[in-house]
Formats: sequence, structure tokens, C-alpha cells
Amino acid sequence: MQRIIAGFLAGLTFGAGLVVAGMSNPLKVQNFLDVFGNWDPSLAFVMGGAILVAAPFFRLARFLPRPFVADDFRVPTFQQIDKRLIFGSATFGAGWGLIGLCPGPALVSVSLLSPQAIVFVLCMTAGMLFARLVASLSMRRALKEA
Amino acid sequence: MTEFTPYASLAGGVLIGLSTVILLLANGRIAGISGIYSRLFETGPLANGKSAWVHGEKGWQLSFVVGIVLAPLLLMAGGFEIEQVFTGDLTLIAIAGALVGFGSVFGSGCTSGHGVCGLSRLSVRSLAATVTFMSVGIAVVFVLRHVVGG
Repeated sequence: MQRIIAGFLAGLTFGAGLVVAGMSNPLKVQNFLDVFGNWDPSLAFVMGGAILVAAPFFRLARFLPRPFVADDFRVPTFQQIDKRLIFGSATFGAGWGLIGLCPGPALVSVSLLSPQAIVFVLCMTAGMLFARLVASLSMRRALKEA
Repeated sequence: MTEFTPYASLAGGVLIGLSTVILLLANGRIAGISGIYSRLFETGPLANGKSAWVHGEKGWQLSFVVGIVLAPLLLMAGGFEIEQVFTGDLTLIAIAGALVGFGSVFGSGCTSGHGVCGLSRLSVRSLAATVTFMSVGIAVVFVLRHVVGG
């Protein structure tokens, strides 16, 4: 139960942060990406602010035996830069540029109930499930060959 | 045009950082939205046969997503105005949504997981991902606004 409450508080804070920062407005995100035109550099402050706050705690977490309400820390240790990472990130970047929404702001938009937000989230969800399917199929094939 | 809002954006960023810290210190997990949201759709019990909703990760993952969805409603109830302007039609929105969904899961992260958490951990892998999606995003907006729409 404590983990569920912590998750909820983190979600509320995250969602509020996205809205306050202006990331829930696709036009503002596109203006941030439009560095050769009407550049609005505001969103650099979002990532900067978030990293400034979070970075010291990621360092601190290394010295803690365990999290407050869970059994273990699960922080990725994988460091390899592979084709999947680059292809996936490039595809994500293309969609992000086309409309100006990434997954967090898309979920924030759901409660505004606009047809645009709903269509975006439905298609995003389908894309995510398809990616999970492709990834699990290729992993199965790799296991068979090994 | 949108207004340059360094203070509001910095404040929003601080809140996002705070959320990341809550999830890390309390639950020991990374606040990567594409990973958390997409895993909600994986079905089945844990390896030991217990419910993933009660004993596994699903419970907090769902409450995290519910928190994100409720946040704007709370802000609006408090008198905050939320502006949302889309520049494309529904077809373009559908295509973009599918690309964002597929790409973020296939590339193991989005702006939150790679951009915020990854860079905070000084992960080279996340840096490569962030540079890639930012550059492609910039290139796509350049083409949309200054080549096709110019």
C-alpha cells in the first residue's frame, strides 16, 4: 500500500510539473524544437531543473541499503549503445517533432478530453504494445539461435 | 509564437525532479513514463503465482499513471489555466502517436526515462538516446515549418 501511495504522489507531482512547465502544450514543445525559427528555449529549463534536483539523489541512493518502502533499488546498469536504442529513439523523436507530445504530456492531456489527445494516446498505446511484441519476438529468435 | 517562460518552466522542472526523487527513494524505481505506462498492459501473475497488482509492480505503476492523469484536473480546480494548441490534423496526430509509442518503448525510454533520469545518473546510453531524439525532433520541426510549410 505504501508503494501505491508513493507512486500516486510521484505521479501527481510529475503531472503538475509537466503542466506548470508548459510541456502539455504541443505548440510550446514544437517551438522549443524549432531552433532555426521562432525558438522558445523555455523547455531547456524543465530538463535542467529536473536534473539539478534529481542528480544528487541518484548519487545518494547508491549509499542507501534499500528504498524506504520497497525491497530493492532497480536502476538500469546496461550501458551498451545498440541499434535498437538509436532506431527507437529516432522513431520517438520523429513522432515528438511531428505533433509535440511525448508520453508524459500525452497522459496529462487525457483528462482534458480533447479528441486530439484521445486519438494520440490510443495510437501511442498501440505503438507501445507493438514494440513490446516485436522486442519479445526478436528475443525469442535470439534465444533459439543461441 | 509562445512566450518565453523560464521561471514557470524551471518550477515545473523542479517538480518533475522531485517526483523522480520520490519514486527513487521510496520505491527504488526510475520514473520513466513510457516504461511504467506500457508495462500496465502486460498481463499474468508473477513467477511465484501471486498477483502482480498486489505483490508486484503493477499497483504503484497504475497509481503513478492515475496521478499524472488527475494532476491537470486538480490544477484547473485551483484556477490554473491549461493551454493546449495542436498544429496538425487527426491523421497526423495518429501517426505521431504511433511513432512516439513504438519508438519510446523500442528505444527503452522517452524524455523522462532517458532525458531526466538517465542524464541525472550520467548514463552514456541515455545521453545517446536523448541526443538522438532531440536531433530528430529538431530536424522534423525544421522540415515541417521551414521546408514543407515555409
